[in-house]
Amino acid sequence: MILAHLPVLEVVVPLMAAPLTLVLRRASLAWALTMAACAFSFAAALVLAFEVVRHGPISYAIGSWAPPWGIEYRVDALSAFVLVLVSGIGTAVAPYAWRSVAAELRGDQAYLFYTMYCLCVAGLLGMTITGDAFNLFVFMEIASLSSYVLIALGRDRRALLASFQYLMLGTIGATFFVVGVGLLFLKTGTLNLADMADRLQGYSHDRPVLAALAFITVGISLKLALFPLHLWLPNAYTYAPSAVTAFLAATATKVSIYVLLRFYFGVFGLRLVTDVLPMPQILMGLSILAIVSASLVAVWQTDLKRLFAYSSVAQIGYITLGASLASAEGLTASIVHLFNHGITKGALFLLLGIVAYHTGRTPVAGAQGLARAMPLTSLGIVIAGLSLIGVPGTAGFVSKWYLVLAALEAGRWWLAALVVATSLIAVAYVWRFVEAAYLSAPTEATPTAGDVPRSLLIPAWVLVGACIWFGFDTSFTVEGARRAATLLLGGGP
Amino acid sequence: MTGAQLIAAAILLPALGAVCIALAGRWPNLREGVTLVTAALLFACVLALLPQVMAGGRPQLFVLELLPGIALGFRVEPLGMLFALIASGLWIVNSIYSIGYMRGNQEAHQTRFYVCFALALAATMGIAYSSNLLTLFLFYEALTLITYPLVTHHGDAEARNGGRVYLGLLLGTSIVLLLPAVIATWWLAGTLEFLPGGILRPAPSNATVGLLLALFMFGIGKAALMPFHRWLPSAMVAPTPVSALLHAVAVVKAGVFAVVKVIVYIFGVDALNATGQVDWLPVVAGFTIIAASVVALRADNLKRRLAYSTVSQLSYVVLASALLAPLSLIGAVVHIAAHAVGKITLFFAAGAIYTAAHKTEVSQLDGIGRRMPWTMAAFAVGALSMIGLPPAAGFVSKWFMLSGAVEIAHWPAVAVIVASTLLNAAYFVPVVYRAFLRPPAPGPHGQAHGEAPLPMLIALTATAGATIALFFVPDVPLALARALQEG
Repeated sequence: MILAHLPVLEVVVPLMAAPLTLVLRRASLAWALTMAACAFSFAAALVLAFEVVRHGPISYAIGSWAPPWGIEYRVDALSAFVLVLVSGIGTAVAPYAWRSVAAELRGDQAYLFYTMYCLCVAGLLGMTITGDAFNLFVFMEIASLSSYVLIALGRDRRALLASFQYLMLGTIGATFFVVGVGLLFLKTGTLNLADMADRLQGYSHDRPVLAALAFITVGISLKLALFPLHLWLPNAYTYAPSAVTAFLAATATKVSIYVLLRFYFGVFGLRLVTDVLPMPQILMGLSILAIVSASLVAVWQTDLKRLFAYSSVAQIGYITLGASLASAEGLTASIVHLFNHGITKGALFLLLGIVAYHTGRTPVAGAQGLARAMPLTSLGIVIAGLSLIGVPGTAGFVSKWYLVLAALEAGRWWLAALVVATSLIAVAYVWRFVEAAYLSAPTEATPTAGDVPRSLLIPAWVLVGACIWFGFDTSFTVEGARRAATLLLGGGP
Repeated sequence: MTGAQLIAAAILLPALGAVCIALAGRWPNLREGVTLVTAALLFACVLALLPQVMAGGRPQLFVLELLPGIALGFRVEPLGMLFALIASGLWIVNSIYSIGYMRGNQEAHQTRFYVCFALALAATMGIAYSSNLLTLFLFYEALTLITYPLVTHHGDAEARNGGRVYLGLLLGTSIVLLLPAVIATWWLAGTLEFLPGGILRPAPSNATVGLLLALFMFGIGKAALMPFHRWLPSAMVAPTPVSALLHAVAVVKAGVFAVVKVIVYIFGVDALNATGQVDWLPVVAGFTIIAASVVALRADNLKRRLAYSTVSQLSYVVLASALLAPLSLIGAVVHIAAHAVGKITLFFAAGAIYTAAHKTEVSQLDGIGRRMPWTMAAFAVGALSMIGLPPAAGFVSKWFMLSGAVEIAHWPAVAVIVASTLLNAAYFVPVVYRAFLRPPAPGPHGQAHGEAPLPMLIALTATAGATIALFFVPDVPLALARALQEG
């Protein structure tokens, strides 16, 4: 019974938890409820992923209205994979949030944090699971609006401005997206993604369809922070509360990339995207620019959170670069990196939150001599940093492997060279932390040992452990990504 | 124990030892005891595999699947056996030496030093036993990262800069050149296993093979082929035991080991010969040999001179394997062993001089042989081996290399070997001459000193003895080298 309704419960449980936290008002109760809701979603996502592998895609008709008339929730190889990432990160960040939020937010705001957090988790999960274009837009708005609030909760007053910037650009993105969806609806008369894909088969040079493709591309690109539409990201990540940065960096942009892949390969199809419009070429150019420019900018940052925020822009470039190859290998690389970068950045921002726990700031200069004061935190940052570089034995290596392989297979030697050469820039910015933490004497800005609560260290180290685990055991990531890539190229969502 | 268990033990023992060393950090005697016991056990584990491998057995261990189709796996073949023997055997000696050095010089962070050292040995064993390129690459990168704290041990600006060059060049070459080479091999061959005769089947075009070879040879930065050799002198900021075992034996030998391994088991000697794409490699190696010797000739700092000598000696191995002649390949393999014992002796002597007399420059060494006769006698033995004169191990390997070069009438290689022998003599003989035949100069450090602490003397005498022993009884390296050729 429950099993049959798992697809909808996956979203409804965190969605319903949100108003409940508002009613409970006590931060501790709200936190416990959030924990439970996230853990349920994670367990449900794992069950769904397992079911999809065994029995193929699951289609769930909301309110028993059969698709394409009613809203369809659809769990397939790709969405199940992203659901696991989002709910998993949500579950890892929730226990961390307890102490982190207590330290960074005003006491009377804490329960509101959990309300917004539940909404954000529900929104992102909904975006992933839904098979309906307008429903996707609704969830996108839920996730976005809640994340504007979450970012604004940062204790630095500049968080308000960062949130406002994101609000402006995010709203433009959502508007572009909904305009695109509207055009598609006008042409095809359906909002169901699978149905839409079928009906689009007949169109090739139809202006409104191409316009829809353009609108959706720009809209989603803003959301996923594709260069040069990434300007909202560094400030938002820098000034948001630690738990929020970790959660958003690991999931929000990833889900947007998922939506882009879904629309490109699942709705418009290869022919429209690659033959009629040169989307892969555009995507590849922008990805390369993102990788090179954002990596270089990261090297010169003076704040660690901002440094790794720029690194995110660059890493998103690797993900879209894989997608731009529009091949099975390229998509595999893209989807694998979507997951691996999610856990790596999640780990990094959680650890930076520990650095900021006492002082509230994360300047690079403040990392001087950190290894002595916070040995576990520093070591974790180094390991996650190695995963960012792509050192073998870490998750990041697996991504790099497939990305280079995909480039070679596409006959683009120069692209393979570019991918490996730019990971050297990652070495440069990661080593800024290493040299500061391990080879410098502590300064006044260095946080003193203090007591770091275990509830902060353990979730962070779980994700650090995941960075190593998925560097050795690739059965879930690579097999899952490969199935998803095959599905995307086979057509149909 | 079975072969698979011995392989697992060889990799896990030093790692486990590292944990115990960290736990015993507060009690220095216990800590050093753990190091010595771990080193002895490791050597026993490696030695226990030798009869099996000599008899033609290839014990193996499959751990898990790293990437679909590529295992984290180990297989002990003759070359890996030799490398593991050298590294683990010398670790015992080096640990004894480290005790004398680290205490004699009152170094800080000794626990970290011993922990990293043990981990570096675990990575070295992983490299030696790896059954495919990806496993090798994994441990190769691990070795770079784990030796970084050792290179930057002193934590000052000089260490930091040395560390930058070290990491930049080793990580840089491996990520930018070696990794694409590995991935391209996987893409072309569909396997990464080290198999006798090579794996590139169907053979790619000659140009592809040439490009791949270049990516491998320069990508294996630990082999210090010019122009990617500068990390080695930079690494000399580390304490001398690190220079001795890691930067004269484990790390650099991991480099030339990988070079030989790639040529024999990935390309295949015959297949590579057929493509005619290797002609440039002896040129680069020959140039490295001569150029590094010239730099060594002008270096006054003793450790720097030894470092450039290492750069030059490593290229002997590359040159000898690049000739693709049967005899020179034997020379290459034996030289891995011969250079290891000889060079570690030289570094031990340099560290002993520094500990006892606080002297680092060659020009300060006048008459030091009278105060430190054991040390300088050992130094002389090491120098003999570098030059390639009997009765030292270096003679054996050089003999095979020359015979191989003559056999295929590769006269430029012969000329390079002869010329570099003269150069080696030119930069090592003066050191010995100064030490024994010049009168001691009364300098600012003129205060009386004798030999270095006893553990250091024991260590350098042992390795000097080994250098001579390998000349008279080179059976094991020779047998392993021949087994390598037979496949």
